[in-house]
Formats: sequence, C-alpha cells, structure tokens
Amino acid sequence: MYKILSKKKLSENVFRIDITAPHIARARKAGQFVIVSVDEDAGERIPLTIAGADSERGTIRLIFQRVGKATAQMADLQEGDALGYAAGPLGRPTHIEQFGTVVCVGGGIGIAPLLPIAEALKEAGNTLISILGARTKELLILEDEFQALSDELIVVTDDGSRGRKALVTEPLKEVCLRSPKPDLAIAIGPTIMMKFCCETTRPLEIPTQVSLNTIMVDGTGMCGGCRVEVGGQTKFVCVDGPEFDGHLVNFDQMMKRMSAYKDLEQRAYENYKKHPCKIGLDKRGNK
Amino acid sequence: MTEEEKQLSELLDKQKTGPLKAKDRYTIRPQEMPSQDPHTRRENMNEVALGYTEEQARLEAMRCLQCKNAPCVEGCPVRIRIRDFVAAIAEGHFTEALEIIKENSLLPAVCGRVCPQEVQCQEKCTVGLKYKDVSKSVSIGRLERFVADLDPGKAAAPKTAPATGKKVAVIGSGPGGIVVAADTRRAGHEVTVFEAFHKPGGVMVYGIPEFRLPKAIVQQEIDVLRKMGVEIVCNFIVGRTRTVAELMSEDGFDAVYIGVGAGLPKFMHIEGEQLVGVYSANEYLTRANLMKAYEFGKGADTPIAVSRRVAVFGGGNVAMDSARMAVRLGAEKVYLVYRRSEKEMPARVEEVHHAKEEGVEFCVLQNPKRILGNEQGHVVGVECLRYELGEPDDSGRRRPVPIEGSEFTIDVDTVIVAIGNGANPLLEQTTPGLKFNKWGNIEVDENCKTSMEGVYAGGDIVLGAATVILAMGQGRIAAAAINQYLSC
Ligand SMILES: Cc1cc2nc3c(=O)[nH]c(=O)nc-3n(C[C@H](O)[C@H](O)[C@H](O)COP(=O)(O)OP(=O)(O)OC[C@H]3O[C@@H](n4cnc5c(N)ncnc54)[C@H](O)[C@@H]3O)c2cc1C
Ligand SMILES: Cc1cc2nc3c(=O)[nH]c(=O)nc-3n(C[C@H](O)[C@H](O)[C@H](O)COP(=O)(O)OP(=O)(O)OC[C@H]3O[C@@H](n4cnc5c(N)ncnc54)[C@H](O)[C@@H]3O)c2cc1C
Ligand code: SF4
Ligand code: SF4
Ligand code: FES
Repeated sequence: MYKILSKKKLSENVFRIDITAPHIARARKAGQFVIVSVDEDAGERIPLTIAGADSERGTIRLIFQRVGKATAQMADLQEGDALGYAAGPLGRPTHIEQFGTVVCVGGGIGIAPLLPIAEALKEAGNTLISILGARTKELLILEDEFQALSDELIVVTDDGSRGRKALVTEPLKEVCLRSPKPDLAIAIGPTIMMKFCCETTRPLEIPTQVSLNTIMVDGTGMCGGCRVEVGGQTKFVCVDGPEFDGHLVNFDQMMKRMSAYKDLEQRAYENYKKHPCKIGLDKRGNK
Repeated sequence: MTEEEKQLSELLDKQKTGPLKAKDRYTIRPQEMPSQDPHTRRENMNEVALGYTEEQARLEAMRCLQCKNAPCVEGCPVRIRIRDFVAAIAEGHFTEALEIIKENSLLPAVCGRVCPQEVQCQEKCTVGLKYKDVSKSVSIGRLERFVADLDPGKAAAPKTAPATGKKVAVIGSGPGGIVVAADTRRAGHEVTVFEAFHKPGGVMVYGIPEFRLPKAIVQQEIDVLRKMGVEIVCNFIVGRTRTVAELMSEDGFDAVYIGVGAGLPKFMHIEGEQLVGVYSANEYLTRANLMKAYEFGKGADTPIAVSRRVAVFGGGNVAMDSARMAVRLGAEKVYLVYRRSEKEMPARVEEVHHAKEEGVEFCVLQNPKRILGNEQGHVVGVECLRYELGEPDDSGRRRPVPIEGSEFTIDVDTVIVAIGNGANPLLEQTTPGLKFNKWGNIEVDENCKTSMEGVYAGGDIVLGAATVILAMGQGRIAAAAINQYLSC
C-alpha cells in the first residue's frame, strides 16, 4: 500500500506522484484531499489534494510543492518507495453542476487542486475560462492540461517570463467585467491571492469559491486545529470545507493562524536540508 | 524487611489461627500508591503511579471485609466480582484474581488505572462508608491494576470458535470497539476493525497521556486482537473511505458495530478563540500523545506551541491531562480555570491531586470572558470573571453565577479549551436511515441495537463523552447481541 508507482518533477520544487491507495481511488470525488505522512510512526500528517485518480489501477495522484520538511522528505522518495500512509478521501466534494461560464483561477501550487475541479466542471458542460499564475516560468505547472481543458486560457507570471506580466487579479477583473459576466469564480492558491480574488469579484457580485489550506492534524473534525471564521461562524475546513464562499471567509485571521509554527517548521526544514543524506539516519532524518 | 513485609507476615501468622476479624482488618492502613516524585515527573512522560508491591497489594486486599452483600459490585458498571477477586489477592492467588476480573472486564490494566473509582466501585465500599471518607475505601482499582500488570502479554490469546463464515465490521478502535472485536471473534466470526487514525486504541492512545496510561498497555490489547485473527485496518474513515451501507451491501459485512467516540471539540464561542495559541484539548493532546510532539526535532515532526504560561479551561479529566501535559512540555506556569468549585470538578480525584503536586495552579470559581491577542494574532492573556455558587441546577450541582464587574486578566501565551466533546457529525451526514438524537448521539435499545438492521453502537457516540468502562460495558452488550443476531 501507498507505494509510489511513478514520480515526476513538474518544476524546480513541484513534484507529482502516483501512489497505490485503492480504497481512496474508488471513493474520491473532485475537491477532496488526503492526509499523508512519510513515516508511519512519528511523521507529520499533512493534507494534500487528490489531483486525480485511476480507480481501476487503484492509484491516486498527488502534486505537491516542496516548502518544508515533510514535503522535502516526500520529494526525496523515489519510485518503488512508499509513503507511511494516506487516509481519505477527506472533505466535502466540490458541488458540481451546469453553472454556465466558470472562471477558474489557480496560483502556484493551487493549480494542482484546481485541475480535478476544472475537469469535473467541464464534464458537467460549463464554459471554462482558466487563469493560471505563478511567480516565474519555472514555477508554472499543468499549463498543457489546462490548455486542453479550457475554452480560454490566460497565463500570467509576476516577472513576465511566461504569459502576461501581471497578478492573477488583473485578468480576473477583466473577465468579470465582460458581459455577460461569469456565473461563478473559483480561486485556489496562496491565501493572499484568494483574498484579493474575492475582493475583485465582490463588487461585481460574482459568487466565488475558494479552497482553504489551513494547518490540519486529523482531518476528520476531531481537533479543531483547521478552524476558520466563515460568515462570523467557526467552521472546520476538513469537514465543512475545504471549499467555502470566499466572500464570507475571514482571510486575515486565517493567515495569522497559518503562521503558528513558522519558526519551528523552519528549524526542522533547515536541519533536514543539512542532513538530507540517509546514511546512518532513519527515514525521518534522525540519527 | 520492609514495614509492609513485617505487617503482612504478622497478619498471615494470625490467619493461621482463624480468619481475620473486621477489627484486625481495620488496623491495616490504606496502602499509599508509590509514585514518581513530583519534581522529577514534571520533566518526563513516564507513568506517574508506579503500582503496588506484592506485599502492599495483599495488605490492601486484607482491608476488605468480605461483605455478604458486596455493595462495591453494585458500583461497578460491569459488575466485576470484586469481593472474590480481592479475596484471591489477599490469599496470594493472583492468577485466579485476574481470571475473576476477566470474566467481566477485558481491559483490567486500563480500567484499574483510569476508572473514576471514587464515584463507582469504591464509593459504595463499606470500609469507606464506615470512615465517611471514600479515600479510605479498599483501593479496588489499584488492586485490579496490580494483578493485570503481573501478566503483561503472557496471557495466550483467547480461543476462538470454529469459523462461522459471518463477517463483523467494527468501526473505531477505542475500548468499546476492542471489546466487540474480541467477543465477536471468539464466537468464530471474521472481524475487521476500521480506524480513522494511523494507530489503533482510540482515546486511550490519542487523548489519555502516556504518564497516566502507558501506550504499551494499549498496544498489548491490540496485539491480542491480532493474535486472535482480528484484522485491523487503519487510515480508514467510515463515512468517507466507505459508508456503513457499502460495508454491508458491497463488502459483505453481516453486522456492524459503531464505536466512533465523541470526536468533536467544544469551544466556548468567546472573543479571541481563533487566535494563534488557542487549542482544543483534543488538538493539544493529539499533537502531544499520538504525534509525540514532545519529541519534536528529536524523532517526531509534529510541532506544538512552546509555551511559557498556559491557561486551561475546564475541570474534567481532559482538562487535567492538558494541564499536566503543558507542565511536561516545559510551561513555567499552568493555570486551570474552572467556573465551579473544586468539589464539583468531574475529574478523578487522583488526577486533581497529581496536578496540584505538579504545580498546576487551580483558579476555581472563575470563567474566561475573552481571550486577548496582540498585533500578530497571538494570545497574550485571558480576561476572566469571578463566580460564586448559587442554587443547585438540573445536575444537582450548585450553579455558578458571575459576579458583575469582577473582571481581571491573567497573562498567558497559550490557551487550551477543555470543556468537553460532542458527537462528530460525519456518520450522521453519511448514514441515512441511522437514527440520532438531537445532540447527534446514536439512538440504541437496551441491546445496543440501532435503528438499522444489523447495526449496533456503543461508547461515547451513544452515551456522550463518558468513560472507558462504560464504553467497554456497552461493547460487551453489543457483542452479545451481535453474536445472537448472527446465530439466527
Ligand atoms: C485541504 C488542503 C489541501 C492541500 N493540497 C495541497 C496540494 O495539493 N499540494 C501542495 O503542495 N500543498 C497542498 N496543501 C498544503 C500542504 O498541506 C502544505 O504545504 C504542507 O503541509 C507543508 O508541510 P511541510 O512540512 O513540508 O512544510 P511546513 O514545515 O509545515 O511549512 C513550511 C512553510 O510552508 C508554510 N505552510 C505550512 N502549511 C501550509 C499550508 N497548508 N499551505 C500553505 N503554506 C503552508 C509554513 O508557513 C512554512 O513557512 C494543502 C493543504 C490543505 C489544507
Ligand atoms: C483526554 C481524555 C481523558 C480521559 N480520561 C478518562 C479517564 O481517566 N477515565 C475514563 O474512564 N475515561 C476517560 N476519558 C473518556 C474515555 O476515554 C472515553 O469515554 C472512551 O475512550 C470512549 O470509548 P469509545 O469506545 O467510545 O471509543 P473512543 O476511545 O472514543 O475511540 C473511537 C475511535 O474511533 C475512531 N473513529 C472515529 N470516527 C471514525 C470513523 N468515521 N471511521 C473509523 N474510525 C473512526 C477514532 O479515531 C477513535 O480511535 C477521557 C477522555 C479524554 C479525551
Ligand atoms: S472496572 Fe472500574 S468500576 Fe469496575 S471494579 Fe474495576 S475499577 Fe471499579
Ligand atoms: S464493599 Fe468494600 S469491604 Fe465490602 S466486599 Fe466490597 S471491597 Fe470489600
Ligand atoms: S484537522 Fe482536525 S478538525 Fe480539521
């Protein structure tokens, strides 16, 4: 179980793996995620969106960005290695129907979780306008997939190394000002990006869905660590989400909560980078 | 020769001339539980209570008057034949004592440690009643623990009946689930336990800390299940990975036991609860116990707040565990804020005592009004109100009433909310046809049977947050009903 059948590097820090997890492959729907850990005993449990699945082969696809220790350890695994475990599918599936025209905005690694949702929306007969953004060309992922899927694709980078030199909110605003305006916007990416996408669509009254990526532990509603304020109420992202009406999410508070372990995480990652070599160390990188 | 050895041999000599009299028994002092020194144990995760010596156990057992009506048995939710097992210990027949206990309880090493004995078996004990002091009752729990610890893992896995070809699914691997798995497997059914977490054991592994219930003890029970041929599937969330209906209609399970516990943390819904540094007890304890955050950077990868000053809200076992965990994680000051008085605290008396010994500061008749934060959204303090006790409420406890204008602030950097757990709604949302009450608990009849054919439930998901022994007791009832159902 949880064996890595294939691994591909999509950009400098982004990796794609297919792992065996037949139960999850069979049950998962667009918008859901898994909790994985590289080590069965004491590894950190981290949430990753299911970017795709093959229920016949019994595999799920994960696309992740190397940002800290857990994702760095995952990036160091090779085909044939296995994850400690994967549990899921978790979260509520995306509500898919024929909305009309949907504008999908993906930023950075957020493009990965956006893909299965865009696929499902397309299949349900929606017109798809996709906006993909990244800091620079090397960090842009899945452009071909979105090209094939979308009725219109707009690519932007912060430095203009690919597509337009802009932030995603710029083309988003243009698309929203068209007439007729889009029926729905979906934004997935860094919290700050989602916040400003929502600020863009709010005055134009375009319903906007976001997928939140809070810190999690169990992923089943047991700990409350993933809580956010939505419309003045406390919601648990893992069971009530991960998707919410972006116009109701308290993003400022969420960003603060996400920085809770920054120092500790940084230290763990620095240590791991110093000792990535496995000789004499166990799987977790400890002596 | 220790004092205990001397006393024991004197009493044994006396016994040769005839059975001990009540008078002799009353002369024996209640045996203190040897425990780790409070200063040392603040620095480690090891178990606090170390267990009786053989002499202590026999002396303690000799305190029992062997009452004809044995009122203590009434107080035990699973009706262990207390008088008889205690008599066996007094005689030095420890194996026999354990066998008697195991007739009714499958987890004596656990229950001996965590049962709230002072409101169960020991509350009814004649010796305690005579002294009008429950702490002078025969220490039934400690005796139970003593004999259970003598045989760790030595016990062979119980025999199982020939295969029946019937399949039982057990959802959740807490005490209730463990008992159902053992009892239905013994009847010859094929049993699979599904557990959401990556380690089986339920609250006994993610909630109750190592220093109170060593994980190795729970592991032994799980190993016994495996030896019996029970399959344990972790990382499997029923309701998400598979629904109850799918387990029955597609995967061929003939009966299902739902023992998913009370996994929904309650918050107070006061200002500041979203600040960084505010934890539910579930999150704090899960990070610390299950994920071993106390070894962060030394083998474990899950971080936890590095706290100097901690406020814990609540007065139950969960609050005590959180406070004592915070002490061990290095907090200089830990406050326990509780709105009633110490008398009303639902925690086990022993835990309250241990918490105080370890330096936890009790702030009773106080209640948080709001949590204060700084610019970065981190906790910097709690504003509390003082309370006084008014008229008794529905539960018979005197209702705490706030004193107007009594606000004051305590400086803390971490807050742990430990005011209880509700029912996790996942199964309610994904199991149409299963009846729940308005609090989200599953409705069952006296045999733990639910509104769905072949589906049984027990433990905290039925009772609300309760106890290990009650969950176990319901597991027994449910297993018997399942075995009956499958034999028809
Ligand atoms: C429902 C959900 C779905 C997700 N899907 C994906 C996915 O498909 N692909 C993917 O790469 N990531 C995804 N994430 C984010 C992923 O879980 C985190 O990147 C991961 O936990 C980081 O672990 P780490 O130990 O490597 O880094 P850490 O040491 O935990 O963190 C390193 C740095 O990243 C920041 N960080 C921590 N957690 C997050 C987070 N949740 N989001 C953004 N930044 C964070 C920290 O502030 C820190 O500076 C998802 C998160 C959620 C909640
Ligand atoms: C911190 C703390 C301290 C406590 N101290 C004491 C004490 O001293 N004495 C005492 O008697 N009691 C104590 N209790 C209460 C006691 O632990 C519980 O009453 C008891 O464990 C309930 O048992 P259960 O069988 O209902 O299952 P639980 O122990 O609650 O276990 C349920 C299991 O089901 C799993 N699960 C949940 N949902 C799903 C799903 N959808 N699919 C698969 N698996 C699922 C969970 O992960 C969990 O492992 C304490 C509780 C806590 C939280
Ligand atoms: S199981 Fe609990 S209540 Fe029953 S005798 Fe043992 S300690 Fe007492
Ligand atoms: S009530 Fe107390 S003294 Fe009497 S049999 Fe029970 S344990 Fe012994
Ligand atoms: S991750 Fe624990 S409740 Fe959501």
